[in-house]
Amino acid sequence: MKVIVCVKQIPDPALPGELDPSTNYLKRDDKLILDESDSYGVEMALQLVEAAGGGDVSLVSMAPNGEVGGLRTALAMGAEDAVLVSDSALAGTDALGTAKVLSAAISRMSPDLILAGVESSDGYTGTVPEMIAGALNMPSITFAKQIRVEGSTVMVQRQTEAGYDDVECPTPALVSVTAGVVEPRYPSFKGIMAAKKKHVEELDLDALGIDSSAVGKDGARQETIRVTDAEARQAGEVVEDQGDAHEKIIEFLGELKVI
Amino acid sequence: MSIDTILVFAEGDESGPSGLTLELMTAARSLATNVEAFVAGDGASMADELGAHGASKVFSTGPLEGRLIGVHAAAALQAQIEANTPDAVFFGQTPDGRDTAARLAVRIDQPVVTNNVGASFEDGVLVVEEPVFGGTQNVFTAFRNDGPALALFRPKSFEAEPTGGGSAEVVGVEAVDPGVAGSAVVTGRHAEERSGPQLDDAAVVVSGGRGLGQPEAYAMIDELAGLLGAASGASRAIVDAGWVPYAKQVGQTGKVVKPNLYVACGISGATQHLVGMKGSKNIIAINKDPEAPIFGVADLGIVGDVHKVIPALIEALRSR
Ligand SMILES: Cc1cc2nc3c(=O)[nH]c(=O)nc-3n(C[C@H](O)[C@H](O)[C@H](O)COP(=O)(O)OP(=O)(O)OC[C@H]3O[C@@H](n4cnc5c(N)ncnc54)[C@H](O)[C@@H]3O)c2cc1C
Repeated sequence: MKVIVCVKQIPDPALPGELDPSTNYLKRDDKLILDESDSYGVEMALQLVEAAGGGDVSLVSMAPNGEVGGLRTALAMGAEDAVLVSDSALAGTDALGTAKVLSAAISRMSPDLILAGVESSDGYTGTVPEMIAGALNMPSITFAKQIRVEGSTVMVQRQTEAGYDDVECPTPALVSVTAGVVEPRYPSFKGIMAAKKKHVEELDLDALGIDSSAVGKDGARQETIRVTDAEARQAGEVVEDQGDAHEKIIEFLGELKVI
Repeated sequence: MSIDTILVFAEGDESGPSGLTLELMTAARSLATNVEAFVAGDGASMADELGAHGASKVFSTGPLEGRLIGVHAAAALQAQIEANTPDAVFFGQTPDGRDTAARLAVRIDQPVVTNNVGASFEDGVLVVEEPVFGGTQNVFTAFRNDGPALALFRPKSFEAEPTGGGSAEVVGVEAVDPGVAGSAVVTGRHAEERSGPQLDDAAVVVSGGRGLGQPEAYAMIDELAGLLGAASGASRAIVDAGWVPYAKQVGQTGKVVKPNLYVACGISGATQHLVGMKGSKNIIAINKDPEAPIFGVADLGIVGDVHKVIPALIEALRSR
């Protein structure tokens, strides 16, 4: 079984994010890391291949400046190889443009299954996986919390407001994986060493036959016209509990007429 | 000048359109002279309420039962858009809303802007507003495409208001066969037990986080919620850990709540949690770390141990 996982490499979310004032794009100057939201897809893919008794997991990513930091992490977890699309013309690419690029890269491979995170941690549009499926004219199932493959059918527990639905479709298909539904493995020392030697194929737009006007700022056909500071919520009173904090709360509940 | 026509992707169930759908109808009405609704399913059962919220027409595909609807909805929407050329299509930021908008974007090669909380009409184009960095800044994006503006909006961004108008005309639209892409089928549904006030519309919400220490401690949250007539919620940390079901999650990837009172217990106040509850009228936070970011948005902050403060509070409420 061949599984492709779409992974995003993002600025460390633990660091404060910032928009570049000249472009209003998210600053991506520092080292990029594997988006935690995608680590679940990588783990799920590795488990599916193990359950199938063979096959491999390949990664696909789009990132500026030939960045591979996040890919190495996923390779160290056990993915076989990776394709990275990097091109200076991609700056400012929106969700649809990203899907065009990733689907073009994927169409050169022939996967049984494509996995992606439901949404990235930094952009969280939650539309790219479904757009990739659209561009590849494939069935898709979003918000998966459990995935099983039997023959050429993929069976998914799809998270819903009320609980979950059982959904299935034929392969090849794309499935987006909800964060937190599996425990991503920690790369072992051996895994980390092996990852350094794994093949990362780097492609530009030419290699994919994509016209640069279809992506980047021009392709996005939208413009950030201003960025404003939101009205900050005023912090109120903060008191230290001396065993009587509940009284303070009761008083406040009374003022609000909650009790 | 205003926008001519906005088409709203309407969602709901047997009981009628969702609250979010009616919010979108109201927002669309303030921007466009004509508002229409599109239902991927049975539009007839929603026509009264959609009409009362300003829809002139309800386009309806008829039942799509048993199928994952995004692909099918997008195929029918495309035909609709090509026939009637609306200036914008508004979707809720929901699973089906996202699936449909994404598939539609590919089909008609038009951009989608997601996660919006506001919309305006400036210099002849639609401008949408998206909060970033946990709602500390707002980004305003103008559509520069020639084609409909596809925009997704977060719940509770607008207040739904009826116009007092009558039922909307229901117009049946042809289902379009999307081929193999539409082959995902729903074979079973599993709903968790739901009782008491629901997170979406409760006047008071009591939420617990990792600071509770262990799953059993969540019973305290339920008990406190019960005493206050509140719905109980949670941070993602304890949903991921399997302590409580996803339906309880508040935040960016969970529910957006705007109750009169939100009580955060053992929750740090990560930006992704804050975007889901910062709009609450009043906030009480209980956290043992005086530096916890949740105190930055709390009207009353208690620096203390949830295992001491909450039982004392429950005791005091019981003895009233
Ligand atoms: C893409 C993405 C989407 C996300 N979406 C969401 C979302 O929708 N909702 C959400 O909530 N999170 C979301 N998160 C996760 C978010 O970043 C935080 O990790 C999460 O909110 C933390 O939950 P917490 O506050 O319960 O846990 P922690 O951050 O671990 O905080 C626990 C708090 O409890 C306090 N505490 C510990 N012991 C006690 C005690 N005995 N008494 C009192 N206080 C105590 C600690 O001081 C600490 O502040 C998302 C993250 C990403 C990357």
